[in-house]
Amino acid sequence: MNIIVGHLYPDYLNIYADRGNIAVLAQRAAWRGHELEVRSVSVGQPVEPGEHDLLYVGGGQDREQEFVAEDLVAKADGVRAAVDGGAALLAVCGGYQLLGRSYRDLNGADLPGVGLFPLETVAGDTRMIGDVLLECELEPGVVRTLAGFENHAGRTLLDAGATALGRVVAGFGNDGQSGYEGCRVGRAVGTYLHGPLLPRNPWFADWILAQALARRLGEPPSFEPLPDELEQQAHAVSAARARSRGGRR
Amino acid sequence: MRLALEIALARAAGRLSRLAGAGGGTTVPGKLLWKVDPGAVDRLAARLPLGSALISATNGKTTTAAMAAEILRGRLRLAHNRSGANLVSGVASTLLDARGAELGLFEVDEAALPEVAERVRPRAVCLGNLFRDQLDRYGELEHVAAGWREAVRALPAEAALALNGDDPQVGDLAEDRPGAVVFGVDDPAVARPALQHAADSKYCVRCGTPYDYAAAYVGHLGDYRCPKCGHARPRLDVIAREIRLDGLASVTFRLETPDGAEDVRLGVPGLYNVYNALAAATLARALGASLEEIRTGLERFSAAFGRFERIAVGDRRLLILLIKNPAGANEAVRTIVDGGAPAHAVIALNDAIADGRDVSWIWDVDFEPLLPGLDRLVATGDRAAELALRFKYAGLDAAAIEVIPDLERALDRGLELTAAGEELVLLPTYTAMLALRKTVAERGFVRPYWEERAA
Repeated sequence: MNIIVGHLYPDYLNIYADRGNIAVLAQRAAWRGHELEVRSVSVGQPVEPGEHDLLYVGGGQDREQEFVAEDLVAKADGVRAAVDGGAALLAVCGGYQLLGRSYRDLNGADLPGVGLFPLETVAGDTRMIGDVLLECELEPGVVRTLAGFENHAGRTLLDAGATALGRVVAGFGNDGQSGYEGCRVGRAVGTYLHGPLLPRNPWFADWILAQALARRLGEPPSFEPLPDELEQQAHAVSAARARSRGGRR
Repeated sequence: MRLALEIALARAAGRLSRLAGAGGGTTVPGKLLWKVDPGAVDRLAARLPLGSALISATNGKTTTAAMAAEILRGRLRLAHNRSGANLVSGVASTLLDARGAELGLFEVDEAALPEVAERVRPRAVCLGNLFRDQLDRYGELEHVAAGWREAVRALPAEAALALNGDDPQVGDLAEDRPGAVVFGVDDPAVARPALQHAADSKYCVRCGTPYDYAAAYVGHLGDYRCPKCGHARPRLDVIAREIRLDGLASVTFRLETPDGAEDVRLGVPGLYNVYNALAAATLARALGASLEEIRTGLERFSAAFGRFERIAVGDRRLLILLIKNPAGANEAVRTIVDGGAPAHAVIALNDAIADGRDVSWIWDVDFEPLLPGLDRLVATGDRAAELALRFKYAGLDAAAIEVIPDLERALDRGLELTAAGEELVLLPTYTAMLALRKTVAERGFVRPYWEERAA
């Protein structure tokens, strides 16, 4: 099956090796007999509801993020309609912030966001930089870990009742205090974790692929396991880094 | 009197560090001195009769400084931080060691430039390029660029400034400084067909519109113009034209300056070394070197520490190219492939602070040109598995990848794969390069770096 991915602003939001995440999705889809077709959605181009199985939004430096922020708000209805229509979504770092309700900069000005995730982000004057380890329970009773790297000045505050992606085992997470990281709304996930995220967390790459396929299959398929020894090694080293040196300022 | 005592103590600390086997001890005396009395660095620098020159860039500062040293050392005694200790402490250590030196020649870390410039009060500064590098350590490119802008504003009025006009962020600094000398490449025949994935400053520094490139040479370095506001590459004063790349052996070009032109043949390869040579030439010229001294100095230059270094190991050779960020690694890959893609390579990824703790940058490097010729990749270093994944997801057969985190064992495996008389390509990050070089030194093939001195 062709899995259609809408990659938002690949020319602006690509700072933390976002193409690594795309490469992992493409290969793991191919190894299961599917083809990942990545379509760029850049400034001035609308997100057509019903076109994509998965939307991907990466991170950018402050300057690049400012360039696209206004344009993304203009796409907000399309993005929300796509997700309501069953598309999966993965947003990393800057993309995660922009998909919240708003971003308050250091001068106290509120910039509107897409409003997909029930959260607000407030700029901080120090950056939270380091290795991170999360514990996630995306399916009831199935606890798995995500390892990555975070580098953000924004403090992201989830609304009461909102669902985080995971619990912080080591590192800062959304705001350095709540003990939670990321946000999940159905098939849409936002997170600060890069590294990039998917190569060293293959179970999560497969989860995203399954969610993308679910739009057309009705429910997420289960995949045959792949030989992931290298991925497990990389995960173990990254997780050990987070335990030994995550969450330092 | 106090300064003399501090100097003696700090030097003794460096000797102790070496005796204790803790590596070169190249920054120990400087760190100590800087801690005890930060102002001592200023006073030490002020004692140099001909003052100091500073070189900074994301990529190429060690090589540029080594080339400038080769040009200048015929007639000047230099204090030069040749092993790449380029923070304030490294500059301090070099000053401590600089008995009898006339001129300070310092490569300086991009983020440390404002403080070093304030303390050393340089008579000349050369700024080469700004690429995305170790975001966990430096923060975003814009912050480093803002620091440079401040440092340039604060320079003494009489200080000479050499700028790479092909980098939009760096070339723009000439606006504030009418006497700045601008260097760049003008040879569309060696331009790349498109901006690379890792190109950073591709948006106009004034208005944010993507630049039009008449020619892109290395990353975002090239001949750019903003289609909206007209911001464009400044007029070049020192120019490289008629560039001929000759694989891994050399590169030749015509060096044009306001004082005349010379053909130069470098003994190191790659377009990025033309940029390094232009930077060194422009700086040396500002320090009074003649065109003839510049040409002969550049042609004498062979290699800087771990940057493109050939080391004979028995009947085989190592070719070491440091990799540390996407732009620099792309050039290393391209240079190797231009010389004939290797069948085996050892690539080493560490994640200490000096390497960058965030290893995501390897996914922004275009390693793909290596793949068609590669029979065997030895992935090593603390993050060997992550590096292996980079190649696995690029399409290299998992059976062609060996993960050997231990650097020394990986080196031996690489040598085992290399036939007698052949060359083994090593691409290490910074701390991996130091460790590999130490191993090679312990086996007696190269002297430890703290014993190396210009003849």
